[in-house]
Amino acid sequence: MSQLVRKAIRSNEFYVFLVIAAVCLLIQARSGQFFTANNLVDLANAMVVPGLFAIGAFLVIVSGGIDVSFPALASLAVYAVTRLLVDSHYQGGILLPFALVIGLGAVLGAFNGLFTSRLTVPSLIITLGTANVFSGVMQGALSSVQIPKIPPAMADFGRGSLFVATNPVSGLTSSMPVSFLILLAVLAAVFFLLRYTMFGRGVFAIGGDGSAAARAGFSVRWTKFWLYVIVGVIAAVAGLIRTCGMGQMHPTNLLGMEMMVIAAVVLGGTAITGGTGSLTGVMLGTLLIVIVENSMILLGIPTFWQQFSLGLLIIVGTGISALQIARSGNGLRAALR
Amino acid sequence: MKGDAVQTTLLRPGPLRALARDTHLTRLLVMLLVLIIFFAIVKTDGFFNLLTWQSMAIQFPEFGLMALGVMLTMVTAGIDLSVVGVANMASIGAAVVMLSMAPKGADPATATGAIAVAICLALAIGATAGALNGFLVAKVRIPPILATLGSFELYTGIAILITGGKPKSGLPNLYGQVFAGKLFGLIPVPLIVFAVAAVLIWLLMTKTAFGTKIYMLGTNATAARFSGLNTTSLLVRTYMISGIYASLAGLVMLANYNSAKADYGSTYTLLAVLIVVLGGVNPNGGSGRLIGVVLAILILQILSSGLNMFPNISNFYRPLIWGGVLLAVITANHLSGRRSHRRIAKRKGLPQ
Amino acid sequence: MVENVLAVRGVSKSFAGVQALSDINLDIRPGEIHCLAGENGSGKSTLIKVISGVHDPDEGSIEINGVPHTRLTPVEAIAAGVQVIYQDFSVFPNLTVMENLALNTELASKRKLVNWRRFRRIAEQAVAKIDFSVDLDQLVGRLSVADKQLVAISRALMSDAKLIIMDEPTTALTKKEVDALFRIILDLKARGIATLFVSHKLEEVFEISERFTIIRNGRAVATCLPEELNRKTFTQYMTGRDFEDAHFQVGELPAQPVLEARGLTVNGAFSDVSFSLRPGEILGITGLLGSGRTELAMTLFGAYRKDAGELLVKGSPVQFAGIRGAIASGIGYVPEDRLTEGLFLERTIADNVVIAQIDQLVVGGLFDRTRKGTSAAEWVRDLKIATPDPENAANTLSGGNQQRIVLAKWLATKPDILILNGPTVGVDIGSKHDIHEILRELARAGIAVIIISDDIPEVIQNCSRVLLMKAGRITDEVDPATVTEHQLAELMTGESDQEGERR
Repeated sequence: MSQLVRKAIRSNEFYVFLVIAAVCLLIQARSGQFFTANNLVDLANAMVVPGLFAIGAFLVIVSGGIDVSFPALASLAVYAVTRLLVDSHYQGGILLPFALVIGLGAVLGAFNGLFTSRLTVPSLIITLGTANVFSGVMQGALSSVQIPKIPPAMADFGRGSLFVATNPVSGLTSSMPVSFLILLAVLAAVFFLLRYTMFGRGVFAIGGDGSAAARAGFSVRWTKFWLYVIVGVIAAVAGLIRTCGMGQMHPTNLLGMEMMVIAAVVLGGTAITGGTGSLTGVMLGTLLIVIVENSMILLGIPTFWQQFSLGLLIIVGTGISALQIARSGNGLRAALR
Repeated sequence: MKGDAVQTTLLRPGPLRALARDTHLTRLLVMLLVLIIFFAIVKTDGFFNLLTWQSMAIQFPEFGLMALGVMLTMVTAGIDLSVVGVANMASIGAAVVMLSMAPKGADPATATGAIAVAICLALAIGATAGALNGFLVAKVRIPPILATLGSFELYTGIAILITGGKPKSGLPNLYGQVFAGKLFGLIPVPLIVFAVAAVLIWLLMTKTAFGTKIYMLGTNATAARFSGLNTTSLLVRTYMISGIYASLAGLVMLANYNSAKADYGSTYTLLAVLIVVLGGVNPNGGSGRLIGVVLAILILQILSSGLNMFPNISNFYRPLIWGGVLLAVITANHLSGRRSHRRIAKRKGLPQ
Repeated sequence: MVENVLAVRGVSKSFAGVQALSDINLDIRPGEIHCLAGENGSGKSTLIKVISGVHDPDEGSIEINGVPHTRLTPVEAIAAGVQVIYQDFSVFPNLTVMENLALNTELASKRKLVNWRRFRRIAEQAVAKIDFSVDLDQLVGRLSVADKQLVAISRALMSDAKLIIMDEPTTALTKKEVDALFRIILDLKARGIATLFVSHKLEEVFEISERFTIIRNGRAVATCLPEELNRKTFTQYMTGRDFEDAHFQVGELPAQPVLEARGLTVNGAFSDVSFSLRPGEILGITGLLGSGRTELAMTLFGAYRKDAGELLVKGSPVQFAGIRGAIASGIGYVPEDRLTEGLFLERTIADNVVIAQIDQLVVGGLFDRTRKGTSAAEWVRDLKIATPDPENAANTLSGGNQQRIVLAKWLATKPDILILNGPTVGVDIGSKHDIHEILRELARAGIAVIIISDDIPEVIQNCSRVLLMKAGRITDEVDPATVTEHQLAELMTGESDQEGERR
């Protein structure tokens, strides 16, 4: 057991955890409001959509690529479905919207997968192209506008809560959304996929050495293709949750999130070059960013400081990680100029 | 040696070799010509209207200048995602200076002085921001995509802090008159700025030792160090140039919009990367030519403006077309690359 | 009659009119240890690829265990019991040893789910076969090169191999690790598994091979027993040429040393290294992998910071500000791994040649391309670099010619001291001799040369003095004229408890 503990302590994830703990304590000290039930529920609520995106981004990064198209993919998938349902005056349950969104997410993910699995161009570039295509289809072909009234099933889902937490001091209430369960479910499913299926090990293998993976017998093309399909589904689900949670469909709300999500994944210890990383780290990284973004108010810092702090966090976080890597090469390399 | 004989006969000697080998550039050129001809035929009145070209010439320098900076960083196998943040920071800085030194109603002399100082400040901001990027990449050794991602947020954050999120306007009219004006009433000044900047970067890349050095650095950073190149200085200078060009873009935006805001040009980041890649620059470093990037800028701008000429097709189709063009070009490259690889592999006897 | 495990019969293969293999005959008996020796470009890689099914022969057939094949696929070759271990081992550095061992088998059995206990069992069985004790949960990327190779071998053995082909297996191994590898090969033999290994290192080859096949220009020119060969005949078969094995004789040397090391120490690599070097000398520094010789070279070149001791160039103490400082002091360094450390493969030959002194070619702020062209052409001519055009990319050249480019780059800086680390690794014998001749000429012209190498014949023939390094210290200095190859080898591998420090 102690060897396991020792390994855990030396891992990147542990450091992120320490940082999170430090930040939490700091905020608690300043405001006394951090560890309140309703704040914690708020944080959980805020984690759902970025967390889902981060899981998807993580899958791609581990395989050695980078995907910047997921917000556009999600927006397009959810917009199209919402538009369709609203135009046909849909009054039914929540299952159909989910099914449609998952289906469309899969199709769009397949579009990504088609190019990334066959072209040797870096996936950053390919998904840059597909992001523009998705965005263009949504805003151009579908002439996306804000949809203020979404089908009742979706709105109800967004309002649905598992429980309500009340802040004893301020009387503020926060409800834990049902969608948090979806985050947990996806987390569990992806964990199983990565750890207990050959497909999952293939993702890691490809991220480690693509040609060795091919020689070992992995079907690299097939794996990459289905990987992007899965990521498309996860992203679309995240988009649906955001729309339901907001109670209305705002087509451009998610656009621009890609960099923040990638930062979250990297801060959690995943190497940008691929092959390593853990879901624990991804969640911790997302948590860190969510805490920093959401706790400005508790610290009495005006929201103007948000992006500045985010930038500082990313630079310091990746900087420390980079210096660690440089130092961890055998002692001689440290002497290298 | 036998091996040598096989390999070296693959390359045709002669000056045409470069052009023939660079099918990507040829493809871009053809695409540009096709576009021009298409619009000339289909939208004749718009095409032969000076205003059309002038408005294009005002707009593309904004992202074109940024693309030039990104191109330089990509040649070193890096990338600069912070260009928009730097541009906004620089334009806001310039605006603040102009507003404080030459408030509404100031005389032309004061205004000129204020503008001069403002421009210097903007360029200095760009250089400093770029130097910070270079430091993070070269000394702290953060992967460029992450370093410039962080610095983008940082610079945008600074811009938000200074402006409180609101636009800064009320600039002296002289600024807009000069920098959004037209030389000889004909040539928009932003175009001139871009042209000069492009020529300067072309000179830098092709005629100076610095240019050759960064190509070598982008090809093999380890060998570069072992050959005595000062990689830290090269990288810092590269990112500084990118920062300066971004601040130039900010000044152009300031003139075009007559105001500065922290979130202007938010789509330009990925657009700049798209342009550079479309222009044939390899993100893995070591290759890429300015002319390719310029062609890409022209193609995208013409597509965009061409779109404007079809009022029944929404402007929102723009990203779709751009994304489609990018995917089409890289797919075409891949397919033709495979064909020529198969040809070469057959000759070398390698597995296909 | 004992059936051969592998019989190559009359195999020919050509690519676009270039004949890579002509009428090759090769047979390997069960359990035999067979060495395939040949120069770069001799066709040995092609032969391996034909045997393992990557290429189809134009003529002839491959018989594996008596079953003839004319069109063999890699999968069929593996199924028939032929496994190839390439130089890069094809392992996943980011995965554990256990996974690396188990993945191929699991994939072959078309499994979809992962059972970690089954993985572990498979892995344990695999390493038990060669008695390899390793932490199965360790990431392969953290293992030493030798251990990575053992992982590759264990993996190869899992599929009931009858013949293991190893491509230059000893390149990155210390002497101890080479011994361990040879023990494993012998163990394989005892179990009836044959080994075909490709090597050009004569000493090793003699030690373990039962038979040799020497291949030159696509033909098998000799198949013989070790007794029938010595260095001279071996080289003759490999190159078809006779080479003069003349020792380098140093002339009158100036008294003032150009380089002096006093008590140089880099913690963890070497300590208390002292020597002096005079212009016109060729100093050899030899030692096994891990003896600190590479780190010493890097310190002399300013890449490593010294922890103690002094370095004097032309009588004055220097504290290099990195590599650029060393270059400014007149030191050049031809690195061990030219592909990653010395060359810009996609760039032109001319670019590669001028890059170290590029600032000298600047006129009025602009880079003078005509001067670059002239300079490059001169060097191509002087060093006889085989290319029709210096504007061709460097990756169009063979290993020997690429090494000449690296040499040219440094000679263009007119160094006073030239350090070469493994100057003829992966270089054909013809280029090897030419490079040695170039070095001797440099010495005669007054440049001080340091050759760091574990190629004993190279060191003995070309150096005027040889220093031996072992476990970070200089243990001996010998005069190559008075010592035999065998004696030098003995000195190198003698008793030491800190031996074989891994990379």
